Amino acid sequence: MNLKLKIWRQKDANTKGKMVDYQISDVSPDMSFLEMLDVLNEELIEKGEDPVEFDHDCREGICGSCSLQINGEPHGPDRGITTCQLHMRMFKDGDTITIEPFRAKAFPVIRDLIVDRSSFDRIQQAGGYISVNTSGNTIDANAIPVNKHDADKAFDAATCIGCGACVAACKNASAMLFTSAKVSQFALLPQGRVEATQRVLNMVKQMDLEGFGNCTNTGACEIECPKGISLENIARMNSEYLSASLEG
Amino acid sequence: MSGLLKSSIARKVAMALSGLFLIIFLIQHFTINFTSVISADLFNEFSHFMGTNFVVQALLQPVLIFGVIFHFVMGFMLEIKNRQARGVKYVQFNGSANSSWASRNMIISGAVVLAFLALHFYDFWVPEMLYKYVEANPEDPSRYYAELVHKFESPVRTGIYALAFVLLAFHLWHGFSSAFQTMGVNNKYTPFIKKFGYTYAVVIPAGFIFIALFHYFNH
Repeated sequence: MNLKLKIWRQKDANTKGKMVDYQISDVSPDMSFLEMLDVLNEELIEKGEDPVEFDHDCREGICGSCSLQINGEPHGPDRGITTCQLHMRMFKDGDTITIEPFRAKAFPVIRDLIVDRSSFDRIQQAGGYISVNTSGNTIDANAIPVNKHDADKAFDAATCIGCGACVAACKNASAMLFTSAKVSQFALLPQGRVEATQRVLNMVKQMDLEGFGNCTNTGACEIECPKGISLENIARMNSEYLSASLEG
Repeated sequence: MSGLLKSSIARKVAMALSGLFLIIFLIQHFTINFTSVISADLFNEFSHFMGTNFVVQALLQPVLIFGVIFHFVMGFMLEIKNRQARGVKYVQFNGSANSSWASRNMIISGAVVLAFLALHFYDFWVPEMLYKYVEANPEDPSRYYAELVHKFESPVRTGIYALAFVLLAFHLWHGFSSAFQTMGVNNKYTPFIKKFGYTYAVVIPAGFIFIALFHYFNH
């Protein structure tokens, strides 16, 4: 396939970026999207130009590093995948592909297509954990009975890889799907209930401080999430938050 | 408690509650308006009650006006904050790939309904307030039907009313079930709530449009 790429180039966080056009030839439909970018970068390096910087790590849909907005959608036009799992067979010969970084005030661009998603880390640090004494007398988690329904829901929420596609897809750049998944995975389990009240208050407070927008329930986040995190988690977080606020 | 009044979730819940309050008010408004199709006397009787009852005028009307203003002001404030949260805009944003037009454009449908409300107040509420409280005219229980029919003699006004209710239908299409989701209701009843909301979003605005067209073609 021969393709035209329109890629966001930005030297650093303080420099204004712009879209730059590239032509790429002989792209195999079996390549992953990131392999296609690897080929482009090899060509750019051979020509003495700066390669396009983009995030990637595991390349098997687990780490959540690859963060591209492709043709107006996070991780491109396919569903339930990350960019490393997107294959060039989703495109046609002669297509023009627009590649941008995830856009959010809370995800500032570091360089080209790489954004700083440490705002997610700070939300997680605000309460996305349980306090357990691990000094030799830890109780096996399996010793506490958990009903299957709750365990499954908690596991589903815990599959969030924190990639930020929810924020990128949301017209309001809201991080409520991410935050609610992290709140839910603990709120549903007895180990997490101990700190549930303070957890939801602190995580929502941090989410607001980071400058994410408000959820307006468009559902775009759920559709674009590579792990299929459900909107049910946002409802649960809202309910937990209201209860916690009235308690506090 | 103080956090509840400042947070993003609190603002969302406030929008949901005020929206549900206005949804309930719409049923009452529609019911009374629909009596105008059945009988002029019945419509006059209901309107006279609503226009002269102390509880309706002194208590419910101010609450309604507050609810309307709150919903619009909060809606615009949230829209501004949400736009700021994006920062740099996308060159290409394919919103239709993952969400409905109605859900992405609540601010547009809401703004059209707001503009319609300005016309509605100019048409009915302002003259009513002048008639009763400024000019202090003696109450005439039989005047309401004639006033209503008179407004729908104009094809332009009737068309504007119909268009505004189409946009209200889009607003309710997303807003109804969205309000429940915001208040933390997402369970086995959610499919029913969604279907009920879609039905409400079509039936009530279509009913208002029917009333406007009925009087336009029968005047």
